[in-house]
Order: sequence, then C-alpha cells, then structure tokens
Amino acid sequence: MTEGNTVLELSAVAVEYGRRGQRVRAVDGVDLAVARGEIVGLVGESGCGKSTLARAAVGLEPLAAGTVTFEGHDVIPMGRRRRPASLRGLQMVFQDPYESLNPRRKVGELIADGVRLGGGSRKDGLQRAAELLDRVGLPATAVDSYPHEFSGGQRQRIAIARTLATQPSCLIADEPISALDASAQAQIANMLGKLVRHADLGVVLVSHDLSVVRQVADRVAVMYLGRIVEIGDTEVVWTHPQHPYTEALVAAIPHADGAGILPVDLPGDVPDPASPPAGCRFHPRCPLVQDSCRELDQRLVRVAGREIACHIRSQN
Amino acid sequence: MTGTGTGELLRVDRLTVALPTRSGYHKAVDGLSFAVDAGEVMGIAGESGSGKTMTALSLFGLLPHGARVTGSIRLDGTELLGLTSKQLRAIRGRQIAMVSQDPSTALHPILPIGTQLTEHMRYHLGVSKSEAASRATGLLETVRIPDPEQALRSYAGQFSGGMRQRIAIAIALAAEPRLLVADEPTTALDVTVQAGILRLLDRLCRERGMAVIVITHDLGVMSATAQRLCVMYAGRLAEAGPTSQLLGRPRHPYTRGLLDALPHPEAGRAPLVPIGGSPPSLGRVPAGCPFHPRCKYTQPSCTTDRPDPEPITDGHLLACPPDPLRAAP
Repeated sequence: MTEGNTVLELSAVAVEYGRRGQRVRAVDGVDLAVARGEIVGLVGESGCGKSTLARAAVGLEPLAAGTVTFEGHDVIPMGRRRRPASLRGLQMVFQDPYESLNPRRKVGELIADGVRLGGGSRKDGLQRAAELLDRVGLPATAVDSYPHEFSGGQRQRIAIARTLATQPSCLIADEPISALDASAQAQIANMLGKLVRHADLGVVLVSHDLSVVRQVADRVAVMYLGRIVEIGDTEVVWTHPQHPYTEALVAAIPHADGAGILPVDLPGDVPDPASPPAGCRFHPRCPLVQDSCRELDQRLVRVAGREIACHIRSQN
Repeated sequence: MTGTGTGELLRVDRLTVALPTRSGYHKAVDGLSFAVDAGEVMGIAGESGSGKTMTALSLFGLLPHGARVTGSIRLDGTELLGLTSKQLRAIRGRQIAMVSQDPSTALHPILPIGTQLTEHMRYHLGVSKSEAASRATGLLETVRIPDPEQALRSYAGQFSGGMRQRIAIAIALAAEPRLLVADEPTTALDVTVQAGILRLLDRLCRERGMAVIVITHDLGVMSATAQRLCVMYAGRLAEAGPTSQLLGRPRHPYTRGLLDALPHPEAGRAPLVPIGGSPPSLGRVPAGCPFHPRCKYTQPSCTTDRPDPEPITDGHLLACPPDPLRAAP
C-alpha cells in the first residue's frame, strides 16, 4: 500500500551511541516506508529505540548505517549549516509543548517563522498564522498571546500549527499526546487524523500508548530492542497479533469495561542494547522460547497478512 | 495495631480545601466525602485540576502553605485534621504512605537504595540495623527486583523507570502502612511494566489487608484494580460506586464523557469524542453544576442549583439530578 506515493523511506537504518568507549546500537537495521495520507504508528517499550529512530528519520541523529530518503532527497544529519530547502517538508512535532515553544515570543511570531523559512514575508507569516490556528482549532486572536497563556493541549496545537506553516508533506511526531490531559488527548489524536486526510501528509506517530496508536494509525510497527518485530495494518496486528512480543503488549493493556480483570504481566525488562541477547532478541522474555531461538536471528517475513520476525510463528 | 481485617479504615467527611491565590481563597476540593475499607482498592478519577491530588495531599497534611482545610479525615477513628506536625510524622509513612507519579524524582539520587529503604523503617519500627537490612532485602524481593542484595548498594540512576517505581513502592511499604495512596502510579510507565505494578498492588492488598487509594485518569487502570470508584470534577464528587457499575453503565455525563474521550480497547476504531472545553481553573468554577458548560444534557436548573451526590442504588452516588443517562443502554 506504500508504493507510488512514498514520501519517506528508511532503509537498513542503524543508529549508534557512544557510551563509555563502547558503541551501543540503539536502532539496528530498520526498514520503514511512509506514504502520503497515512499514519504509521511506532510502538514499543521505553528503550526500544523508537524515539531514536524518529530523530534519525528527520536527521537529528547521524546514521551508523543505512539511508533515509525524503521525496527522493537524502536526509543529511543536521549540522551547523542551513538545512537544504528540499528537506523543509520533513518536520518534527516534539513531546513536550512546554519546552518546544519559546516562552518569550508571541504565538503569531512562532508560527510566522515557518512561513518566512519558505520565503514569505513577516506579514504573510502573521496572516497565515491566523489561518493555521483556525485549522488546528484555536481562535485567530491567539497570534497576539504568549505560549504560557495556553493549556498543554492548546500548546501542542500551536506546535503543530507551527510545523504546518512550512507546508510539510511528512510529520514525525514523537509522543505528541502523552504529556497531555485526558480530554486533550482525544482532541489532538482526532486532529492529527484529520490533518493527514486533508493535507495529504505522511505521519510517523511514535507512542508508548497502544490504544492511541490503534485509534489513529493506519499501519503499526512494533519495535523491540532496536528492531521492528511486527509491522502491518493496525487492525490486523491488533486483533490477531502474531509476534509473541506484540501479543504481550496487547494483553498488558487494561480494559475499561469494569470487569476487574488484571492485565497480563510480561516479566523482565528490556535488555541492555549494549549487549543484546544472541539469536532472537526477545528470547529471554518469550513464552514460546525454544533452543533454536537462542541462535537463529530471524528477520521480518510475511505471515498472515503482516510481517513478523519470529521463526517459531513463521514456521506454522 | 488494631483492625487488620475488613471494616472501615478511612473516612473523609465534607472535606474542603481552599487554596490562597492572588484573588483570594478558592476551593480546590469542595465538600468531598468518601470511605475506604481495609483490604480494598478505591479509585479516584478525574482530569487534572479536578482536586484528586489535593485530596491525597490533605490526608498527609502536606497541602501547600496557607491552605485552609475544613471537614474531617478519620483514620481508624483518629482525626487527622488539626494534628501537630510531630503527631503527623508518627502517622505519615507508618500508617499511610504515598507513591507518587514520577519514579525518577521520588528517589534520592545520591543515597543508596538501602539507606532510603531502611531509614524510616528504623525510625518508625525501631528495628536494628541488621534487622532493617534483612527486611529491606525481603521487600525488594516482594516487588521483584532481581539481586536485592546488590540493589541495596545501588543508586536510583542505575535502575530503569519501572524498577524505580517498584523500589518507590517498596519504600512506601517499608513501615507496613495500612493505607497506600498511589497518585498516578503507572502513568509514566510502559503497559507491560504497568501490568506488573497493578498485579503487585493487587497482591499486596489481598496478602496484607492493606487498603489502596489509586488516583488516575486512566479508566483502564481503574477497571483492573479498583473495586470502587469516585469520579471527581472541579473538586466535587460527580459519581461514586462499584467500578463495574460506573464503567459498565455510567450515569453522570462526565463519567460517560471520560469513557468516550479516552482511547481504550473497547472503543475499537470509533472516533474519540472529546469532552468539549476544558475543566474550570481554580476560582473560575461556574455556578450550579460545575460541569454544566461542557455537558450535552444541560437544563436550566443545572446552571443555578449545585447538585450534591445522592444515592441512586445501593452504594451508587450521583450528583446529577436530571439523570439523563438513567435509561441509556
């Protein structure tokens, strides 16, 4: 479903950090394609590398291997030089709207910056700002206010309006709604969905909250220890997860049905990425583990309408 | 220690907390009443600013400076309001303990975990240093920290978020409190870790007869753990009752709204229905029912009469006289 109008393509991407002289691979060989008009959810436990992958996708992290291509242009890591205009359509929404907006500048000015980057004048910028605020559901009069005058949910709308000012074709959103209040979460999630359809954007939505991803994402990629272990259409993956890790994640979500059923526990923690387990990386926590799992490092294969990296499940 | 079995442990009666602001005192909690039995998990739900955390802090006498508190908080018959700070110190940590939302700031960064675990154990229980150390090892085993001996000598920064939260729970349990107040205990954690902590809290209640107050906006967490639920709005009780009833057939439009606004497995792919507007800020609580400006079912009387919670069935309280969801499926 991603052929033809692919906007962002990650191929064999690896990202390494240096830690006390050692190289730690936070992301290890990830392939991911995002088309216009779709939301790809990226989920996994903290430490699985999903935020690192998101940052690498916009060029905030240098790549150890692989390539990131945006509309046919290589995404080069951000340096001190001005970012090439060809990458302007690739934008990021950050998690914390309390830190991503400059508190000393008015909302209108913040949004106008995006327009000015595209060659517009300051006046154009302020005019566009009012339109964009309207699109994200805020009054146009907000241009003359400062970020602190708004609630968390409203600030995240402002941050999204600011990225929209550059007329992006791809947004990478790193936990855009986890810092928000319950009722604001629904508003931002719905808004993201609408923007994607109307502006024909491709979106990567990084979240540790599977319920949110299920709600808005067309496809979902599940990450574990730097790798994608299952990827496919959200509904398919959610209703019949195939990888044992995805199964554990889905079973761990408590149901708000009043039945008083405790969620299922997945024992153990994510291993240290500096020394990942041999064979399948999930084998120390896997309920299906067999001897072969300790040696065989299975890559993604197509099973039951999605791709999984589990040789036990792909045999049957 | 008396009354380790069932029976009422905590009774909060007409609790009102007024906080000083530039425009005078405003009520963050307004006439709240509830009770918790020993061995029970009770949930308090609501958006931020609904007074959940202020309610919790008032149990500990830890309200911001200048706060005015009226009403009554009785723990096993002892009135907590009006106690001196010395008297409170004997209760805090010993009778009631707290687990806060953020496990990274709840632990001291440069004291070993062992010191943090044994300090108040020795203060409250008067046990020897070696006895405290062996109890601490046992506690870390209870919360499933691998290699507890080593963990006692380690520092907070050496653990993951989920492990830190489990350590924070171990510290809260160290002096064997009878009531644990957990303020958003799993909000910052992954679902898999959350499942482990919810199971742990459930086990502790059953094994120790400890009572737990869970404060969260996550109705899934509530459904999994709490037997009874209080839904708060603007410092007041909107609806309270058995969790299965409240989540299965909510009667207050706000409870219904919370269920429709949050993504949860039962909702499927149905679009989320946000509750329009935002909760009132301190001092801007509307007249009448505080929820009426955001309510779909507002009637003229809602804008003028402030509803008090009334029993509708056994143990189910509702502060919504029009009761528009009475006949809802």
